[in-house]
Amino acid sequence: MILWIAAVLIGMGALAWVFRFAGQAATGNAPKFRDMPFGVAYGYILAVLVVGWLIWAYFQGRSSDTAIANKFFFLRIGIEGFIIFAIAAWLFRLAGRRVGTAWSRKMFRAMPLTAAFGVMIILIYAILAIFAGLLAPYGQEQIIPGVAANITPGGDPALGGNPDFPLGTDQIGRDILSRLIYGAQNTVGIAFATTLLAFFLGGTFGFLAATFGGWLDQVLSRMVDVLMAIPSLIFALLLMTIASVWAPRLGIPLTVFMVIIIAVIDSTRVFRLSRAVGQNIVVMDYIEAAKLRGEGFGYIIFKEILPNATAPLLAEFGLRFCFVFLTIAALSFLGVGIQPPLADWGTMVRDLSGFVNYAQFAPMAATAPLLAAGAIALLTVAVNFVVDWMLHKSSGLKE
Amino acid sequence: MTEPLLKMRGVKIEGRSDETWNPIINGVDLTLARGEVLGLIGESGAGKSTLGLAAMGYTRDGVRISDGTIEFDGIDLLTASAAVKRELLGKRIAYVAQSAAASFNPAHRLIDQHVEGPSQHGVMSRAESEADGMELYRKLRLPNPDEIGFRYPHQVSGGQLQRAMTAMAMSCRPDLIVFDEPTTALDVTTQIEVLSAIRDIVDQFGTAAIYITHDLAVVAQMADRIKVLLKGDEVETADTRTMLDAPTQEYTKSLWAVRSFERPAKPAIATGAVPVISVQNVDASYGSTPVLHDVSFDMHEGRTVAVVGESGSGKSTTARCITGLLPPTSGQILLDGEALPASYKKRSKDQLRQVQMIYQMADTALNPRMSIGQIIARPVQFYLGLTGAAKRKRVDQLLEQIELEPSEYYNRLPSELSGGQKQRVGIARALAAEPKFIICDEVTSALDQLVAEGILRLLAKLQDDLSLSYMFITHDLATVRAIADEVVVMKDGRVIEQGPKVDMFTPPHHAYTDLLLSSVPEMDPDWLTNLLKERGVDNVGDAAVDKM
Repeated sequence: MILWIAAVLIGMGALAWVFRFAGQAATGNAPKFRDMPFGVAYGYILAVLVVGWLIWAYFQGRSSDTAIANKFFFLRIGIEGFIIFAIAAWLFRLAGRRVGTAWSRKMFRAMPLTAAFGVMIILIYAILAIFAGLLAPYGQEQIIPGVAANITPGGDPALGGNPDFPLGTDQIGRDILSRLIYGAQNTVGIAFATTLLAFFLGGTFGFLAATFGGWLDQVLSRMVDVLMAIPSLIFALLLMTIASVWAPRLGIPLTVFMVIIIAVIDSTRVFRLSRAVGQNIVVMDYIEAAKLRGEGFGYIIFKEILPNATAPLLAEFGLRFCFVFLTIAALSFLGVGIQPPLADWGTMVRDLSGFVNYAQFAPMAATAPLLAAGAIALLTVAVNFVVDWMLHKSSGLKE
Repeated sequence: MTEPLLKMRGVKIEGRSDETWNPIINGVDLTLARGEVLGLIGESGAGKSTLGLAAMGYTRDGVRISDGTIEFDGIDLLTASAAVKRELLGKRIAYVAQSAAASFNPAHRLIDQHVEGPSQHGVMSRAESEADGMELYRKLRLPNPDEIGFRYPHQVSGGQLQRAMTAMAMSCRPDLIVFDEPTTALDVTTQIEVLSAIRDIVDQFGTAAIYITHDLAVVAQMADRIKVLLKGDEVETADTRTMLDAPTQEYTKSLWAVRSFERPAKPAIATGAVPVISVQNVDASYGSTPVLHDVSFDMHEGRTVAVVGESGSGKSTTARCITGLLPPTSGQILLDGEALPASYKKRSKDQLRQVQMIYQMADTALNPRMSIGQIIARPVQFYLGLTGAAKRKRVDQLLEQIELEPSEYYNRLPSELSGGQKQRVGIARALAAEPKFIICDEVTSALDQLVAEGILRLLAKLQDDLSLSYMFITHDLATVRAIADEVVVMKDGRVIEQGPKVDMFTPPHHAYTDLLLSSVPEMDPDWLTNLLKERGVDNVGDAAVDKM
């Protein structure tokens, strides 16, 4: 096996050398090939091999022999999804360049494809979350009478699907598509509220610490250090367990506790960022000018510091949103997050997780838990693309 | 006539911004013989540095050479392979950057960075190169040449660092060195040391050099020939003396004329007049380090007091004491004869209004997220309580006073303004408070000479119109000559000498004032030579030791 790997690597090395030499000969020693380091040539060869393998695997996935096709089923879906999303994002950006205000058209013109993809996905999720009641064909808690449980996704009756339920039903006969759409409302909505609260807490205290400095900074920073010293998921789990006892007694929904607990834990990260950003801004001459003018702390924080900190804070908001969202999904998966029968992606993954075992011989059935997981992954990737783009824009880098 | 060392023909350079390529240099020719020093001058944005870097076959990111040829000693740098260029750069072509402090790696000792070039190019072994480095340090008149190399960049002063960088550029005995404003960030007394060191070593080794600067007086000392650039075009090229005596182009003449601005002397201050600001026996310290010792001087209505001295002399600290940012440990500041509270936090709104400040770096002094209108409107509203149309009217008035068209500039952001315009906005913000007294902290040192002159003229006009008092902190004596009424000379946190400008510029002076005055470069190309002869070269070295 090791010999095999070594042989392939050396073979690729030789190929890379031949490729560069051929390039030099064919183009009459153009600078591109003449100054090409060996590593770059090797990279080209490696890329060609990987792309070649992917194409081969894709056609394996479309083979008429189900045994072979099943083996490459998920890879095929992945490649198809990648291409479809890329085309959709491209069309979306094209549309964005044509319609809308002058400002939005200008924004779309300067937008990379990854960011267009992110914006598109976030828009779709937002629409789904806001109009969930109108868009979902069934209720999130509705057990549809007369329909069997565990209908396989795909809607192909030959494989155990039902065209009325394109994404199938779960173990007790609820429509998965409807639950996914309601899940967007519950999971994403709660995550958004939590992130906002975390930013309100962390941002306010962070800027206060940066502007005042001294003992206030010390007290706040050490408190945050203590909170950050405890592993966040375990800490959240612990507090949630306590809260689940209190919630019924106080008559407050457990979800409210969850929002507060996650917000407080996540605000520590926001605190650190806004304190660091704030400290860089506080030393600027325009802050000194404002202080010498006799301005109060409110003006300095909200008018002078905050506008200059929006870019890093917005970027952090995107990232933090993903983490909060994953924490909620993780807590729900562990059984202390969003409570049934409310639809939630984390819970859905847990409930349907048993189906993953079928992946080898009935890939369609195994898709059931992956749908919710995919929804989480897609949003996370989309948000990160948008955040990357905003960071790039705010850093002022060209190209 | 032998073949020139460097030959650039019809060089066009473009920079990329907003998805398009915009020209930076539109076809410039440049020829440099062996051992010749060429001065490149022009305002910022004229493309001096870009052209200097192009002479090495190099461009910054986002910049490309779109046309022309660059030939170094018969090698075409534009088509040469990366390997050939690697062999040339560092070994036969070297570069000295404007800010040595930012260009040295702070994690390595000077000598370790010095030997990199020679040992990498196989010119010398490590040990040979180390010994050679010390020799170069000696030639460049660095103090303790045998030991200074073992220091880290932050352990030596700016002027010494600049010389160490020149030594580094010399380490492989290159044929060509590109100096990119090597003395711009230094004060006058240090500048002399660096200039004379560079000139000597370039002479000794017969190195050709391209010397980029915006300071005419400096280039007059260094260059054999001068090339003037304006917005990417060559204005004229001539022998240094010819150029200085008889410039042919209008633009060159205007550059030469900048230094002629000088205000007429004002009548003596009436005895018994109450000074606007009076600094009385002020001592101050940062933590436990004392920085000011018994500083006293007065500033009167409608007059400009220039506070001069090299960096670290306590000029800016005095300003911080006056504004109340740094409460003095003893002594007091009087405003109109009444004592001001030591800390700005304890001062009344009206006291704060009377003392305004204009900063050196307009970039960091204006909030980048506020429009020009908002920036100027804030003090108008804050101090004078104007709102709505009255506020807008006052802001427009202020914008007119600083010679910016209100309708055009009101909604712009600071990033959409040039350096000089930003500095004007800083002035308007100070004026908006309708103060009696304004501290100008090196307000022109970051600007080109033509722009700086405009700012000085504006300040002078405003002073006449509004009878303002200025405290003008500067290390540039040409500025002092232009605008000051009285001069305070500071060194090591003490006032060395003070008095009316006329007295200060006529001998006899205090020894230190003399050193400062004589260090200001003059347009005469023989000035440096004569000065060094007068002082005896060793004196310059002593001054360096003194500064450590």
